[in-house]
Order: sequence, then structure tokens, then C-alpha cells
Amino acid sequence: MKALPWLCAALLAGVSATAISVPKQASADGTLTVISWGGAYQESQRKAFMEPYAKETGTKINEGEYNGEIAKIRAMVESKSVTWDVVDVDTQTALAACAEGTLETIDWKKLGLDRSKFIGGELQDCAVPNILYSTVIAYDTTKLNPGPTSITDLFDLKKFPGKRALQKNPFVNLEWALLADGVAMGDVYKVLNTPEGVDRAFKKLDTIKSEVVWWESGAQPPQLLADGQVVIASDWNGRFFDAVKKDKKPFKIVWDGQAPDWDWWAMPKGGPNLDAAYKFISWSSQPAPMAEQTKYISYGPANKDAGPKIDPAVLPDLPTAPDNMKNVLAVDPQFWADNGDQLRERFNAWLSK
Amino acid sequence: MTAITDDIRIDIVTDREGLKRRLRAVERKRRIRALALVAPLFLFILLSFVVPIGNLLKNAVYDPSIHDLMPQTVTALGTWDGKELPDEAAFAALAADLGAANKAKTIALIGKRLNYEISGIRSKILVSGRKAGALTAGPYKEAMIGIDKIWGERDTWAVLKRSTSAITSFYVLDALDLGQDADGGLVATPEERAIYVTLYMRTLKISITVTIATLLLGFPLAYLLANLPTRTSNLLMILVLLPFWTSLLVRTTAWFVLLQDNGVINDSLRFLHLTNEPLPLIFSRFGTVVAMTHIQLPFTLLPIYSVMKTISPSYVRAARSLGAGPFHAFWKVYFPLTVPGIAAGCLLTFILCLGYYITPALVGGPTDQMVSGIIDRAMNSENNWGKASALGAILLAATLILYFIYNRLVGIDKIRLG
Repeated sequence: MKALPWLCAALLAGVSATAISVPKQASADGTLTVISWGGAYQESQRKAFMEPYAKETGTKINEGEYNGEIAKIRAMVESKSVTWDVVDVDTQTALAACAEGTLETIDWKKLGLDRSKFIGGELQDCAVPNILYSTVIAYDTTKLNPGPTSITDLFDLKKFPGKRALQKNPFVNLEWALLADGVAMGDVYKVLNTPEGVDRAFKKLDTIKSEVVWWESGAQPPQLLADGQVVIASDWNGRFFDAVKKDKKPFKIVWDGQAPDWDWWAMPKGGPNLDAAYKFISWSSQPAPMAEQTKYISYGPANKDAGPKIDPAVLPDLPTAPDNMKNVLAVDPQFWADNGDQLRERFNAWLSK
Repeated sequence: MTAITDDIRIDIVTDREGLKRRLRAVERKRRIRALALVAPLFLFILLSFVVPIGNLLKNAVYDPSIHDLMPQTVTALGTWDGKELPDEAAFAALAADLGAANKAKTIALIGKRLNYEISGIRSKILVSGRKAGALTAGPYKEAMIGIDKIWGERDTWAVLKRSTSAITSFYVLDALDLGQDADGGLVATPEERAIYVTLYMRTLKISITVTIATLLLGFPLAYLLANLPTRTSNLLMILVLLPFWTSLLVRTTAWFVLLQDNGVINDSLRFLHLTNEPLPLIFSRFGTVVAMTHIQLPFTLLPIYSVMKTISPSYVRAARSLGAGPFHAFWKVYFPLTVPGIAAGCLLTFILCLGYYITPALVGGPTDQMVSGIIDRAMNSENNWGKASALGAILLAATLILYFIYNRLVGIDKIRLG
């Protein structure tokens, strides 16, 4: 049957056609497409920003979800069919996309906001800081009692036997390995910048490699903990918070060695509703809505003025609470922009062995 | 009467040419109609499949970033022999290009491209660009080396020279765990970063294992389905097809629930006191193969089934009546007739397996990840389209080569879907 290759091709074409989303036409005035990461996080944004904003201004907001794929922004901008007006991006994506010229440069005057009021506002030219989240470890209090108290305990298989869930990415894991190996907090990147330091970090990771389950999506770790598949897991603090608050899971976060980072609002270059996008970002960056968001998720607002408006009951759960800030790993985005490519390759090769 | 036959004969003689012409015209019309019927599908495949994929694959060997962004350096390095450090003119061109790129805010792209080959050079280029913009007079060589000593190394210039060409072999070589040294010779990627060859071999191994597993499970089932009374076989067929209609992600998650340490299987085994420790069913090769086999089973089974349906039972009956035993009759008469279906089913499953990545990512361990997972990562999170395209191109080439071998062994014209 000669038709088989054609059949296969048609099948594949069908698959690829469903994978390529049909670009929507530029929307008329009064609508705005906002893209974020889904889950509890987007839910909190919906309640604090999207819904009240839509109600107040009469703008129709179309929401979408993505997984931080910078490729989608790039493809959109390169093909000049931008359909996303506002995107919630992480630090690495914002830096990379800004360098490539696929994001609008932020005009703070147009936003009408005081850049100095924003924690980390000076760090990026193409993004407005939105929240501070943190990568932390947590454990199940019914399985480990007493539980781990420091990042060193994550690597201590004798004291805390059992599997651990870590992100399938060298980011933060290498830093934690060095910390656990006795490197002082301030020297982490100095050590990691040398070949010996990288070897040292991988050697430390070797000691727990057989006991690690590697996760790729932030939804996995709470599930792995709940299923008893692992006893300690790393994740973004809001994910654990959500599992504790909503699902009443007996998880406890260890704040030692927490690695805070930002999420940002950004606008793909050449979007059809630029003015409306500016308006939305400006509105959402005001102290009141930012404080409102902490009711739904335990991420710290980037606007310093939002601090006093936060409900005191929520404060201890935020990464920015003084009690949680005793031993903080300040992630160096420049280091990762420089060395990320090769470290990721090495990490993947290391995993495969 | 004779007049009439004569007329006809004359007609035939004079019309022989005309008839041929008419026949050709009819043939041509039929061919055009056939083409017109195929055209929409052909156009669709061309536009939605061949063109975009060709466009992406181009990224594997075509990267004009340095060529476009550093025009003066490209010209200046055109005559460089690569033995010593380049001359003052090349340094002046470098300073001018970096300064201009810094002003045009394109310098990050230069940094990104070169950083693939020289880890950490990105920030050095950004700093060099800022400082080079302030340089107004030579000698540029000392000035540039003074800004960063990386410009005093031949390796840096060799990489720069190689990347001045828009056509590059870097991504393809990298995807084969190879690189080039300063003299252009091939060198293996350092062992601690070499991963891609292992990944390809693993992808092939898992795909072959799954194909064999689906065949072993699917063949007897197809036989049963083809030989049962229609009413029963239809019911069983629905059971085969039901998971086929469920999303791949849902089925993978279902396997996750079954296979995990405190999952149904491990709990039952412990309840029956068959094991004390949970068996490593999840995050292992075993879990990956089981889940993939389950998902792929209908793809192998259906072509075999439809071929079996067309085999007349009288063949086996004839063999039996001529004295062949049941096994002999099956093996010598029935089985060879099913080979086209087996060939079609196995090929379909094997090729689909090559592209798996969600299932290995969810139920596999770190040593079970397949090449598509890395392609996805390079494309979506690392934004390295050159690497993603090169990995994809090699996977495509490997698939085509295997298809060619398969064609030689089985014969594609023998494949049947029913």
C-alpha cells in the first residue's frame, strides 16, 4: 500500500495543526489578554487584579495560561502576530527576552509609578516587579518529627532518610549543594564561578542522587509529598501554602536557605493594546490590590507601600517576613545568564549517568 | 452495405490519430481531476507541515546573528589565517562593532550566541561593548585586551571567526557531542557534558522495547478479536478503543497513581506480604515502558486486526485438511499473511515512540528521558532554537535512515493497514 507514507504524513500534519494555535485578530478597544502561570497563582491574580479591574474599567479581560515558554513570546513577536498584551514572566525569561528585543521597554512615566518604590524595580528594563516568591523546602510533619530545620538537612540522609523531590534544573540546587557542603552564604557564587566549585556542587548532589525524584512542574512536589512518594520536597512557597490552606496538608516550610526571586509583568513588543496594557499593569501595581493578593497566595508584594496594608495574619507566611529572612540565598541572575547553558547541559548529562 | 463499411473503414483510418488525441485528452482530464482532488490535502500538508518544519530545521545550520551584527569584524576576519592573534585592523573592527551593538542594544544577542561556545563570555562581551563604545583612538589591540584578556586568546577569535559565517555546523556538531578546536579540528564534548548520543541511543532502545511489547501483547489479542463472533468482538474492540479516546496525559497520570510507592500495585503486594519494601515501579524504565506500551497498544493492534479480518478462514482449513498440525498451519499459512499488518503496526508505533516526552517525564526517572524532552526544553525554556532544530534534524534523519532499512528488510509496498 503506497498510501502509508501519505497517511503518516497526514496524521502528523493533523497533530501539528492542533499544536499550532490559531492567532487571534487584534482585539478591539476595551479588551485585554493577560497570560500567567495558571493554578493557585493565577487564581490570586484573578481575584485581586483581573476581576476588580474589569469591573472598574469595563475592560474585557481574556485570560490565558502558559508555562514560562519564552519561545511563545519570541515566535509571536517574530511573526508580528502578537496576541498577548500582558504576560507574567520570571526573572530569567524577562532578562533573556529583553535582551532579544521581544519585550517593550517599560516607560515608568507612562505607568505613573515610582520605580524606587518597587523592590527590584531597577533590575530590569522591560518588566515591572510584581511579587516575590521563594524556592523553599518543605516536609510532611506526620512523616518526619522532628523535621529538617536547615538546607544542610536536605542533604543528610542519615538524619532524614527517604526520598526528596527537587526541581529538574541546576538552578538553586547547585547553590544549595554548596551551602550544605559548608560554603558561606556570601561566597556561593564566588565558589560556583570556578570549575572546582561546580565539581564540588555536583559531588555533593551525588551523595543524595539515588534518593532524588526530579520534578518539572510546580504542581508535582505537594502531590509527591501527599502521596508519601517523598519526605522532603522543594517548590515555590505559594504551592506549599496552597496545599496547607486549601487541602489541609500537614506540610511545614523550612525557610533556611530560601531562594527568593521575582515574577514580573511584561508586554510582548508590538502588542495591539499597548495603552490598555500599561493601564492594567499600573492599576495592578498599586498598594491596595497588591495587598489584596496576599489574601489568596503567600507571595510578597513588590510594591513597598503595600506592606502596611497586608493583613497581619498573612505576614508570617510571606517569604519577606523577618523571621523567614534569617538565611536567604540571593540568586544571581547574571551568573545564570552567563553559565546557565553549560551548567544545564552538564546537569542533564549528570542526571543521565 | 459495402458503402457503409467502407465509410467506417475510412473513418477509422482518418480518425486513428484523432482517437489517440481524444484518448490523451480524456486521460489528461482524469489526471487533472485526480490532482485537483489531492491538491487541498497536498497544500495543507505543505503549508502546515513542510514549510514550518523546514523553516525550523533551517535554524540547525543557519544562524546569521554574528554575521549581521558584527559586519566590520566579519570583513576584517576574512583574511585572518587563524595562526596568531589577528591584526590591529581586526581589533579596531571588533571595538567598532561592539560599540555599535552596545548602542543599538543588540549586543546581548552577540553575547548569547558566543556564550553557547564559550561559557561566561556573555557578560564579558557586555562589559567590552560598554567600554569599547568609549574608545576613540588606537591602538585597539592593547585597549581591547586591556578591557578583557579574553580578547588576547586565539580560541576566542577562532570561535568568532567560525561564527562569522551564517551557515554553521556548531549546532549539529553539538547535538552529536562534538565541537571544534581553535584549528577547526573535531573534538569530543567533555565527558561531563556529553549527553546527546546517549539520549539518541536510549530513545531508540525504549522505542524498540515498546514496539516489541505492543506486538507481543497486541498480536494474540488481534487474533482473538478477528476470530470471535462479531457481537463479542465488537464489545472487546470498544474496550481496546476506549483508552484510545482518553487523553494521553490522563492515561499517564493514571499509571502514576497505579505505580507509585504507595499506589495500588505496591499496596496490594505489601498487603499480600509478597514484598516488604515498595518495588521501584515508578520513576524507572519499567514504568516508562509499561505506560508507553499501554498508550501505543491500539496503534500496533488495529492494523494487525484489520489485516487478520481479511484473511479467509478457508486457508487454514485447507492447510489442516491437507494434514498440517494446528501450529504448523498457523505458522506456515496464517502468520505470513499477517506480516503486512505487523509491519504497518510496528512502524507506526515505533515512529510515534520516538517523539514521546511527557510520559517519560512523568513516570520515568532521570535515566529514562528521551530526546524529545530535551528538544522541548531547548526550544521552550532555554530559547536555543539552533540546538532544538539540530536535535530535531538528527532525530528526523535517524528516523528516515531506519525507515529506509525497514523498507529494505520488509518492503514498504508490502505494508497494509487492512
